[in-house]
Amino acid sequence: MIQLTRRYRFAASHRLHSPALSEEANDRLYGKCNNPHGHGHDYILEVTARGPVEPESGLMMRTAALDELVERGVLSRFRQSNLNDAPAFQGATVPTTENLVEEIERRLREGWREAFAGPWPVLDRIRIQETKRNVFEVTVNQQ
Amino acid sequence: MLITRRADFSSSHACYRPDWSEERNRAVFGHSANPRGHGHNFVLEVTLEGAPDSVTGMVLDLKDLKAIIQSEVLDPMDHRFLNHEVPPFDRVVPTTENIAIEIWRRLAPHFADGPARLHSVRLYETEDLYVDYQGDAA
Repeated sequence: MIQLTRRYRFAASHRLHSPALSEEANDRLYGKCNNPHGHGHDYILEVTARGPVEPESGLMMRTAALDELVERGVLSRFRQSNLNDAPAFQGATVPTTENLVEEIERRLREGWREAFAGPWPVLDRIRIQETKRNVFEVTVNQQ
Repeated sequence: MLITRRADFSSSHACYRPDWSEERNRAVFGHSANPRGHGHNFVLEVTLEGAPDSVTGMVLDLKDLKAIIQSEVLDPMDHRFLNHEVPPFDRVVPTTENIAIEIWRRLAPHFADGPARLHSVRLYETEDLYVDYQGDAA
């Protein structure tokens, strides 16, 4: 079993503001990130797939298939966008990078079977670097 | 505790099988199938697992790990065309996956008897593509 990780980049803006909280509470909780006009980051997304190496080709997966899935499901949707405009973040879900990781996981799971026929590879891990200092990661354990 | 030593080497490789047609090679390996090869600045991270020795305070002297990586990986692979100069890549396609597995095979015997255990090999082909291998057991 081997893991292969691809790194992607996209620039997007967001504003952290919970409709469940008062203006004062939002300001206290999110501080600068609550600026009504929003602010942006160069997000670095890492997607890890896991599976056995196919003996003949020496490849675990077709990297191009992952690139196409991430482009179609994630990058084309979020690149140069305001995350608050995405349907997932128009209700009560605040576009924190925690919630962004979960939204990206949902989108990748949704397209995975179409991109990869058969039992392997599986989605293993999603990691987003919001800034050099802030990193968010989930282990997926996809079946 | 995990300790990691990083090293880099520059090598060329071609991902193709001579027993496949050009079309099939191109379909599976894309641009990497050019038999004349292309190169990368590979970055290798070798991670060991162990407990710090009570006297030295070290899991393993990183100088020793550096020397093992030098003799097993850098000396044979740096500035080489892997397909033509580094077995088993005369018969095994030197994909990033297979290079990582081969590096594991070369390093593992040095750590069979402890005190540190070989935990993982991470090989960056580029900044945007890397593989992690933890041996057959994982």
